[in-house]
Amino acid sequence: MASYIVHRIIQGIMVLLAVSFICFLLFRYTGDPVLMLAGKYATQQEREQVRIAYGLDRPFYVQYASFLGNALRGNFGKSYVSQVDALDSILERFPATFELALTAIIFSFTVGVGLGILVSLKPNGALSRIIMAGSLGGISIPTFLMGILWVMLFAVYLEWLPPFGRGDTVQIGPWRSGFFTLDGLKHLIMPALTLSGYQLAVLLRLTRAGMREVLSEEYIKTAWAKGLSPFKVIIKHALRNVLIPVVTIAGLSFGELIAFSIVTESIFQWPGMGNLLLTSIFETDQPIIVTYIMLAAFIILFINIMVDLLYAFLNPRIRYD
Amino acid sequence: MNVQVMKKIVESKYVYSFLRDPSAIIGTTIMVIFIFAALFAPVLSPMDPYDLEKIDLGNFLIPPAWMDGGSFQFPLGTDDQGRGILSTILYGLRTSLFVGFSVVVISTIIGIVLGMLAGYYGGILDSFVMRMADTVFAFSTTLLAVLLLGVFESRGLWTVVLAICIADWVKYARTIRGSVLEIRDNAYVVAAKASGAKDFRILFRHILPNALPPIFVVLAVDLAVVIMLEATLSFLGVGVPITEPSLGMMIAIGKNYIYAGMWWMILFPGATLILLVVAINLFSDWLRDELNPKLAR
Repeated sequence: MASYIVHRIIQGIMVLLAVSFICFLLFRYTGDPVLMLAGKYATQQEREQVRIAYGLDRPFYVQYASFLGNALRGNFGKSYVSQVDALDSILERFPATFELALTAIIFSFTVGVGLGILVSLKPNGALSRIIMAGSLGGISIPTFLMGILWVMLFAVYLEWLPPFGRGDTVQIGPWRSGFFTLDGLKHLIMPALTLSGYQLAVLLRLTRAGMREVLSEEYIKTAWAKGLSPFKVIIKHALRNVLIPVVTIAGLSFGELIAFSIVTESIFQWPGMGNLLLTSIFETDQPIIVTYIMLAAFIILFINIMVDLLYAFLNPRIRYD
Repeated sequence: MNVQVMKKIVESKYVYSFLRDPSAIIGTTIMVIFIFAALFAPVLSPMDPYDLEKIDLGNFLIPPAWMDGGSFQFPLGTDDQGRGILSTILYGLRTSLFVGFSVVVISTIIGIVLGMLAGYYGGILDSFVMRMADTVFAFSTTLLAVLLLGVFESRGLWTVVLAICIADWVKYARTIRGSVLEIRDNAYVVAAKASGAKDFRILFRHILPNALPPIFVVLAVDLAVVIMLEATLSFLGVGVPITEPSLGMMIAIGKNYIYAGMWWMILFPGATLILLVVAINLFSDWLRDELNPKLAR
């Protein structure tokens, strides 16, 4: 087990190195950083000064080493546009994205797994058919369209919910939270609903498939036969075994969640990291883009490794040697 | 095609089960209609919405024909540039289907070649391809496509196709590699090897035909995913350039006018997109049950 953990971590570091190398190439060879740093109207001499000041005249491998060294210390340079430290300006927006993603995960997990169980118990009932048709919709309607349809329904037509922004927030230390004001919660509903839509449908389908398989197993028949309550049979005996692969797949598709958070934040003008990334793409603000990519890679790899370990821990049949 | 081949096709189990699956028939019918509509868009559509000489800014924001102020010149209304919604949808379908089919065909080819070599030869090549696949998979196709298009300097249909392909081929490579690992130790492959067949011949004559069925299922499901992805990218503004028609971009423009109650700019292209994706999904559900009962969920 220990050797497996070490192996996974080394593998993760290799991937991060590869990503950092690609980022470095982007940073260095798309567009002209000298032009970006010195400004369009700089003279040849000023450009030369910038080139030397930022070390852009040094050999390739030296530049990469210093890029890597700076990245390890969390220094990704300053935004070309706002001249603020790139990592700081992304981390400042982290709470907004985190709260949105967390709400979406909790919602899609409880509702998706719950409905999945419900559907598996009566696969041919009218309610099950409606739920399954709804899940087909969840998979077939792209996230951005779903978000706009929610806005049209709840904000334009019914006028129940605010259409964009994060609303009132409370500052708790370095963390700016929208969880503790009514206005903040109201602003959270539609974005969270949008972000959770696709994952909810996938979780529902996975749970249903797993439950249908497990419910026909011998040990479940035994549990019914010895007169256990339905709650015990379904939740304790069946769901336990279904949840392991479901959680694993949900964890491994974390990259998908980050991608859809970009889409969601763009629709609702949510002041998070995804929205910042899009703005930076339009402004070719490379330090921000590079920092975002590195941070996303780190988070995704971290979660993947955790999920792998959790899987090995939860399922004693699997031991990586 | 000669009569015997025709007869063989008509009597095959695929045609039999297809004709008895109403949702597969509906899905395929919609797909065929959409493909025809896209192919013949220049003939079918009332105007060419991307011909600057034909559009008249004076015709902006006209509602659908059956509403007050609507006109039969623009059956589904117009957008803020005076382009007919119906015409733009027909041209947008072309982009959706072009990107969708290009990506799945190119990704399939890349995936088959790399997946087959990885599965057959194993070793360093295998671990390299699979590590790359793991990485791409962890990032997710959508995130990777957004990031790639964010750093690419040129914009165009082929740029979008390229970015999605880079993020997409791993699905095919993984599937093919899995099949090859299963097939490669079969007696007929060993026999071919023993009789002195070259690797190339073994791979393409003996292994590939047996590894293909699951690929068709992945391909059908993926077509819907790629079409949604193109729309998403264009909606975000990192997809096709504004000079190309796209359902996603139509919706992005329409989003500016939802408060003015101009729903037609979103609901018509949106419904087209959903209908197309549902149709492909209905078809791929049937294909999956037919080709690979093990995959059925």
